[in-house]
Formats: sequence, C-alpha cells, structure tokens
Amino acid sequence: MADRTRPLEGELLRIRDEIYSYAIEFGLDFHPVRFEVCDYDTINILAAQGGFPSRYPHWRFGMDYDQLSKGYAYGLQKIYEMVINTNPCYAYLLNANHIVDQKIVMAHVYGHADFFKNNAWFANTDRNMMAVMANHGTKIRRYMERYGQNRVEEFIDRVNSIENLIDVGLLFETQELKRQREERMKTAKEEIAKAEDERSNALKSFMRHKERQNRPEQVEETVDLREKKINAPRDVMLYLLENAPLEEWESDILGILRDEAYYFLPQRLTKIMNEGWASYWHSHIMTTRALKASEIIDYADHHAGVMAMSRQNINPYKIGIELYRDIEYRWNTGRFGKDYNDCEDMHKKLNWNKDLGLGRQKIFEVRKTHNDVSFIDEFFTPEFCERQQLFTYKYNPRTGRNEIETRDFMEIKNKLLSQLSNFGSPVIEVESGNYHNRGELLLKHVHRGVDLDFGYASDTLKNIYALWKRPVNIVSKQEEQTVTLSYDGKEFKQSK
Amino acid sequence: MDHPIKRDHARFRKIVKGRIRDNLRKYVSKGEMPSPKGDGTFKIPMPSIDTPRFKFGDKSQGGMGQGNGEAGDPVDGQEGEGPGQGGDVGNQAGNKELEVDLSLEELAHILGEELALPNIEPKGKKAMPSVTNKYTSIGMTGPNSLKHFKRTYKEAMKRQIASGTYDFLDPRVIPVKRDFRYRASDAKVEFENSAVVIYMMDVSGSMGDEQKEIVRTESFWINLWLKSQYKDIEVRYIIHDATAKEVDEETFFKTRESGGTLISSALKLCREIIQADYDPSEWNIYPFHFSDGDNWSADDTKLCLEILDQDLLPASNVFCYGQVESRYGSGQFYKDLVSKYGEQDEKVILSKIKNKDAILDSIKDFLGKGK
Repeated sequence: MADRTRPLEGELLRIRDEIYSYAIEFGLDFHPVRFEVCDYDTINILAAQGGFPSRYPHWRFGMDYDQLSKGYAYGLQKIYEMVINTNPCYAYLLNANHIVDQKIVMAHVYGHADFFKNNAWFANTDRNMMAVMANHGTKIRRYMERYGQNRVEEFIDRVNSIENLIDVGLLFETQELKRQREERMKTAKEEIAKAEDERSNALKSFMRHKERQNRPEQVEETVDLREKKINAPRDVMLYLLENAPLEEWESDILGILRDEAYYFLPQRLTKIMNEGWASYWHSHIMTTRALKASEIIDYADHHAGVMAMSRQNINPYKIGIELYRDIEYRWNTGRFGKDYNDCEDMHKKLNWNKDLGLGRQKIFEVRKTHNDVSFIDEFFTPEFCERQQLFTYKYNPRTGRNEIETRDFMEIKNKLLSQLSNFGSPVIEVESGNYHNRGELLLKHVHRGVDLDFGYASDTLKNIYALWKRPVNIVSKQEEQTVTLSYDGKEFKQSK
Repeated sequence: MDHPIKRDHARFRKIVKGRIRDNLRKYVSKGEMPSPKGDGTFKIPMPSIDTPRFKFGDKSQGGMGQGNGEAGDPVDGQEGEGPGQGGDVGNQAGNKELEVDLSLEELAHILGEELALPNIEPKGKKAMPSVTNKYTSIGMTGPNSLKHFKRTYKEAMKRQIASGTYDFLDPRVIPVKRDFRYRASDAKVEFENSAVVIYMMDVSGSMGDEQKEIVRTESFWINLWLKSQYKDIEVRYIIHDATAKEVDEETFFKTRESGGTLISSALKLCREIIQADYDPSEWNIYPFHFSDGDNWSADDTKLCLEILDQDLLPASNVFCYGQVESRYGSGQFYKDLVSKYGEQDEKVILSKIKNKDAILDSIKDFLGKGK
C-alpha cells in the first residue's frame, strides 16, 4: 500500500494549511489528520476494505472491489474521499480530483474527524485500528496456512452471518464497568475450566470445550452456571464465543470479527449525523472562507450532487445537513421550549425571534451526545418534515409499482425511527443455551412490528448451528402469531 | 507487487463463476429480455454473493423518499439521477444488487466473455474490401469545423510551459496559430461482411408457450452475438407445421397452429429465400431450426437430409438445429440428424435445450465453433 499513496505536496499542501486554519477557527476539534493522495484503483481498494489498507483475506472484499471498480468504469459512481476513524486520522484524496473538489473534501474530512473525536458513541473505539486490522490479517492468514484457506474462509462466512448480532449498549460500557464484567467472566470461566490466567480467551474457550467433553457428569452443573449468566443477551457473538464448542483458532477468529464489528458499529449508528456534520462544515467553510469567485459554479455543482434528493431513498447527507441547519436556526431565534411550542398565535409564531444566538453552540452539543435515532427523535419537527418534502412509499400490487403512501408527520417519523433503530437490524437476544434441557440454543427476536425474513433466518440458523453444533431455535412472530423456527442439523421445523 | 485484494477478487470471481452464470441464467430465463431503454442501453445485474443474516422481511415494507407528488403517485421511474456518492467508510448496509446500463456491444462482450465465445471468421473469399475515410489522425492544417480543441490547447500549454510563460496560479492557456491542430482523415480498408440469420420454427400443437419462450430468448442472444460480429445482419423468420410460410418477428413468436409437421416444408422455403436473396458468395448464412423433434414421416426426414446436403449446407456457414424438449415431442429428428452427421459435425450443430436453464449452454453449442 505504501507505494500506492503519497503525502500531500505543493499546491495541495498549501490548500490543506488554509482549510485547516478555517477548521480551527470555527472550533472544530480533531486528532491530527493525515491526508494521502492516491489513484481511483487504490481508493476503490480502500473503500472495499472498509477504509483500511490491510485486512484479512476474504472474498467479500474482492466482491466489493469488483462492484466499486465496475461502478467506476461504467461511470456510475465515484468516491471522492475516504476517512478513517483512527489517531492520527487517515484521509485519502483522489488524485484526479479538481482542485475545488479537493478543498471541499478536505473541509468535509475535518468535519468527520471532529465527529469521530467528539461524538459519545465513538468514545470507546480503538483509535489504533490501523495496526489492529493489520494484525488481524496476519493472524488469519496464518490460520489459513495452517488449516487451509477453504476451511477458515468457510468459518468466517458463518461468523459474518451473525456479525449484526451485537449489543449497541455495550458501546457505552465504561472502562470500569468493562473491567468488572471481565472480572466476573474470568471467575466464571475459572470455575468451569480451571484454566490459568495467562491463557487467552480463545484458549480458555477451547479448554472449556475439552473439559465438557471429558467430564460428562458435570455438564448439568456447567449448563446451570451458564444459564444464569447471560450478561449481554444481545451480544450473540459474545455468547457463542464464550459458550460454543469452538476450536482455539475458531474462537480467536470469532473474537477478531467481533472486535471489528464493534469498531464499525458507531459509524452505522450515526450515518445521518456524521455525514450531515461533515457536509455542514464543508458547506460553511467553503461558502464563508475558502471559495474563490472562479470556483463557485464547480462548488455548487458538486455540492448539489452530494445533496441530491431521491424519491427512492433518504439521502443522509441532505437530511443531516438540513437538520443541523434547522437546529441552528431554531436555537438562534429561540424557537424551542415551552413558550414557543405552546404559542397559538400563528403570526407571532411565524415571526418568533428572541435573538438568542445559541445555534452554533447547540449543534456542537448535539453532535456530541446524539446518535441517529435520538437525533431524529428529538429534532425532527413537522415543519422540517414538510419543508424536506418527505414521504413514505409502498408497493402497490394492483398497479405493480411503488406509490407514495403518506406525508403524515407521525407516520414518517415512526418509519424513519424504526428503520434506524438498532442500526436497522432486528433485535435478537439469547434466551437460553440449554433449551429443552438438551443444550439447544434458543434465540428470541424482539418483535417491534416488522416480521423477520424467514428465508434468510433459516440460512442464518444453519450457520449458527455450525458454530453451536447442537440444535438452534429462534422464536419470533409471523403475521401476529408466535412462531419458533428450529434447525437440528438436518431439517427445519416451524412450530406455532 | 499487486495488492492482496486482487487475490480476494480472483477468489470472488472463482466462487462466482458458477454463480455468475447462474445469475446470468436467472436473468436470461426469467423472460426479462433486456429491452432497449430508448437510448440504446440495457441493464444487467452485477454478480454478488449474499451473506444470510437475520433481517426484516421486505414484504410490504416500502421505503422513504423526498420530492413532490401526492399519495398514490408513482415513486419510480427516475432512478440513477444525480452523481453517485461513494460510501465514506465501509458501512453500506443493505447493499442491493447493482445494475449497470450497458450498450448492446458491451452486453455482447460480456456474453462472449462469460461463454468464452470465439470470434467469427467471416468466410474469407466472400469478404469484399471497401475503402472508407476515417478521421483518426491529426494534421496541422484544416478547416475550422475540424479543429481539435483538446489537442490545440495541449500544444499551446506545452509551448507555454516550455517557454516559461505558464503561470500555475493563473493557468490561462492561449493558443497561437502554430498550436492549432485539426482532425484529418485516413483512408482505411474495411471488409464488408454481411450475415443473414434464418430462423425456422415448428409451430405445430406440440410446441407450447414455454418452448417458444426458450426460442425467443435464445434468438435474442444469438442475434446479439452475431450483430457484434458482423457489420450488417438481416433476420428472416419462417414458421411451419405441415406447410411453411415466411412471417415477421411478432407473428413468429405468437403463432400457434395445430396439425401435422413436415420439416421439409421449412427447409424448402429456406432454400428458396437463400436462392432469391442471398448469394452465398457474398453472405454469411445462418439457418437455425427449432422444433420438438417430431416429424410426420421417415420419408419426410429423408427429404430433409437431402435438402440439407445438396442445398443448405453448401450455402451456409453452419446449420443449427435446436431441439426444445416438450411433453409431446418424440425427439426423433435429433436422433436422425445425429445418426447422419454425428454429434461433432463441423457444419451441422445440434443442441438439446431441456429447459430455460440450458439456454446459455445451447448458445455456446451453436456459436462456440466460431463459424
């Protein structure tokens, strides 16, 4: 990778210094940002690998690379920039970009970098991930040499199946809580496996497995112990890591993939906020400071492209930037709180202005404490909804096309929230590791109005079975009825 | 050294190889024939492998959008607007299958690549050379209408940089007279080659809608490929039961007759068409015959083989027979052709098309010889 990217020089360096000074002037606060320049192929590689120059070998990265490359070749999409949440914060610029684009991108990147450093959901992410990812790659490559690429890759495929079964709440675990929990785990493990402290988690899990096999008379007891200690039921990855009969290398890989899933989780939780924040700042820096008269058309064209509204999807850039601007406006004019909300004089409300000037301060607070769900929940107003021309649509089987369903504020808001909640994944909890008193795994889908796709659920169960090695079940609802889907290694069963 | 992702990529391609063809197959067999969108482009899905996860069923889920319109107004119809925006950091959740707009040539190229089709060598002596002027070179003089702006400014920029008058901070480039460049023509010898495809299909009662759909899909891809290989291509259609007649494309796929089957009637008509319109010394001729293999009598089959031997085979590049499996067809004609020409004849290509999934293999049978 080293020869594929190079540091800034010449004109770009001068521009960087300029944009940097504006970012500081406006009070953005970030870890050092290291810009590198590269060609489109390199930026496609980086994007396919989640922004990182080095990952473990897996076809999935090849697939994403394939799609990005084709998309670029056919002129469908182009990546302007990449920025990674590390310290220092790495950002990549496309060498073929116009100089105006580079300015926009730099300003945009400083917005992201500020968000990464200050948003609460990112507080516990490992900023050293560049090295960590590279280590993960080395480890998995070594396992592949030892156990065969197919075998290891197949295992990774299975784990990828449950990569979304992690607990958002664990992001907020403070270091102290984490230490306490790990302490508890450790003692629990020692009781079961009597393994020594220096051994890795992976090895302990392996030993525990052996132990269970060797001493069948104690199975009941260990099962009981486990039953009481489902500490984080939504972290199915963790539960399997600690309780599934895995080999040492398997435990290690499961742990690695879980770490990576948690690393990316905050970004999945703050797509609208993060992109909105970065867009707010590139727009503000460009239009109030960095733009030259000759660059305005190019800037407007680029900015309009990024902000394009779509009738099929919500553009997070657009909703994000508009929501920040709306908040800023409301807190500048005092259009919030009981007085404003209770005011029934429409004329007075329309011309409401208390000249508070709290807007800028407010959006800095918001970017610190919210994620997409709370951001929308708290600041998405009927006026905003109407101004943004939002609607929900639904497939109409009679006409065979998607049609606008409603522009009703509450329905739109609810839909938006339900799409964002739990980063768009169904909430799945571990109910029991000894279901039917036969060591079966029971998962529970916490149903919040939308059914699971049972086709996908079946294939997922199959993959979990391969890890758990005993029958696996999931209880959910299907058209208002409670349904349990089971897989015992041979066939699927659905019972109501 | 190449980046390790190239190995991931190669691996993905390998895993997909079966899958790509499967995807293409599904696409071909769904009856979703790539239809022109008006601007000469088509769509094909990109290969992707799905990882199963617990996810919400999308039945009745719908989505959200922005824009004007009232309840009940359609949402679709203007996709692909605006420049694409790449994901910032790898978190594109719910990545749907991407679609690409393709021109016919690109589609043919993909087909050729996936099926490893060889390029067709037009019959040598029939290629007629013709000289055309192509504007592929650059000259120092010319009319203003042929001015090549990019080259002109490039020259001007080169001159300015060389003479040190180029200012990076104020990058104004002004061409002077000797910078101007013009498109100039080159005489190019091209070989005219034209091809005609003559489709014949049995429309007797035993050929059902499913069989016709197979023929329709297959003929689409065959036309696509041949069009990419020849400068000029004509397509003629013949339907037959006990008698044959020439029809247009629409009738060809719609007609359904009852009654008996005399394959010779179609071959005779095909012979007449060739003799009337297509001199074998100037045309590459591709007769394709599709049926379910039933023929009225052994005598008629004998007549068919005679016509083939004496008239059709000498005139054609290849003669292709595709046998579509149907519940009623005996498949006898295929056996008769095999016993006469064998399975590997150079000029008579036989293919059995069991179902929609076999279409791509059958196309490979027909076109894989590069004739």
